[in-house]
Amino acid sequence: MKLRLTNKHIFGLKVFIHLTALLPLIWVFYQGAIDQLGGDPVKEILHFTGISAFNLLLISLLVAPLAKRFKIAPLMRVRRLLGLYAFVYAMAHFLSYIFFELQLAWQLIISEIIKRPYITVGFSAFVILMILALTSTSWAQRKLGRIWQSLHNLVYLAAILVALHYIWSVKSDVLQPLIYWALLLILLSFRRQKIQQLIKKRKKTLA
Amino acid sequence: MLIKIPKKSDESESQVTPQAVYQQRRSMLKAMGFLGTSALLASQPVRALSWFSDDQEMFKTTPLSFTKTTEFSTSETLTPLDKVSSHNNFYEFGTAKSDPKENAQQFKVDPWTLTIDGLVEKPITLDYDALTTLFPLEERIYRLRCVEAWSMVIPWIGFSLANLIKRANPLSSAKYVAFETLEDPKQMPGQRNPFIGGGIDYPYVEGLRLDEALHPLTLMSVGLYGETLPPQNGAPIRLVVPWKYGFKSIKSIVRIKLTDKQPPTTWQKLAANEYGFYANVNPAVAHPRWSQASERRITSGGLFNQSRIPTLPFNGYDEVSELYKGMDLRRYF
Repeated sequence: MKLRLTNKHIFGLKVFIHLTALLPLIWVFYQGAIDQLGGDPVKEILHFTGISAFNLLLISLLVAPLAKRFKIAPLMRVRRLLGLYAFVYAMAHFLSYIFFELQLAWQLIISEIIKRPYITVGFSAFVILMILALTSTSWAQRKLGRIWQSLHNLVYLAAILVALHYIWSVKSDVLQPLIYWALLLILLSFRRQKIQQLIKKRKKTLA
Repeated sequence: MLIKIPKKSDESESQVTPQAVYQQRRSMLKAMGFLGTSALLASQPVRALSWFSDDQEMFKTTPLSFTKTTEFSTSETLTPLDKVSSHNNFYEFGTAKSDPKENAQQFKVDPWTLTIDGLVEKPITLDYDALTTLFPLEERIYRLRCVEAWSMVIPWIGFSLANLIKRANPLSSAKYVAFETLEDPKQMPGQRNPFIGGGIDYPYVEGLRLDEALHPLTLMSVGLYGETLPPQNGAPIRLVVPWKYGFKSIKSIVRIKLTDKQPPTTWQKLAANEYGFYANVNPAVAHPRWSQASERRITSGGLFNQSRIPTLPFNGYDEVSELYKGMDLRRYF
């Protein structure tokens, strides 16, 4: 199967991604502000931003295998945008947690991040995504040279941390987190060789 | 005679958004969260279920006659009825907070049978009418503190559980009280499908020590906000123990059994390291995954009107502390 994507197509796809990512985010915060998000708008916002960040991260991880399998290299040009929106949602999730859930009680924020493993794990994933977002420009890519690729391989670690954060946060209903784990493992399995090499290299440098 | 000349800007009745459509906005939002941004997750049993149940008729509650008790009531700002009845943990109807309201409206509460038996001289069976007529009803405004660190203030209507237990004449060997929720998979989707019900072993069971059960604060609730309970809040009869985390206040009770051994409780069976038998509200003992030192009080107002307040020992009901004299409440959490 061959699919040719022109610049126009990519532009259209980017506009589509901007709209489907931004509009729900704006809408959900607006609904929350006017108290139209059910009994507890804070919980609703946290769940929505969290799960959407994970969705976007998984979609961004799907781009390369799709482009490779169907030989549509131009598709790679939307990957950065998807990754950036994953970060935007993760930031909305984190900021909602400290502003609306913990109400800027700094002592509590710090102790929760340090003491509660599932928060620690989620926060670590957020920090990784932030570093990747900050170094996502072409300028940073040129400046960092070879380091850039190793740095951005951290996205696999971030995705695993997010999946862990999610399954750890639920009380008993693990079905949905498990589905997400399955999807993540499928996406990682496309990169089996690359990840094995990464682990080998890590072992070598440690030895 | 009043003649009303409609202005051009007035909405006519036909232009009003039907309630069902209005209420569907939230399901749409959820669907977008799960499908719109991704289309990754195709099957979501509870969401799918709630999507269709939005058009259904709402459960009918009926007004109750009762007296107001100020002795036990707080004067804090009430959590509005629409929040009390739309933000519920009742896994029998799904694990999301909005699921019980969406999935419980067809729940049948009449006929109902509540049995009090076990180590008692006179076992009692109450039918639906007896639940609201056997004892005089009173309104009590209690704080409700969920183990998930949010809280509400709710005007319950009911009677002291002590009245009911005393009527059954407990034997001196009775030390504990075990409670059981209705088991009816036909009506409760969470009991039919473990993926909807959070993988809990049903029926839901809870327990109290006999002296806790006999404490005057311990309420059997049959209503809230002046009317009988909505199903998502535990119709037709539920327990309310205001100094304990919300999961102790078991809903839709069919059996109360007096025993000599500490009964198993659902959440303790599921995760004994996180949920104890006592489950007294205690800011000093954190849940392993989050702090219990403060809580988010749910009243009205959106995202920018939230308040986080310190959590009080025994949820502010200090009068129960004598029940636990000499006990290590860190060990017996």
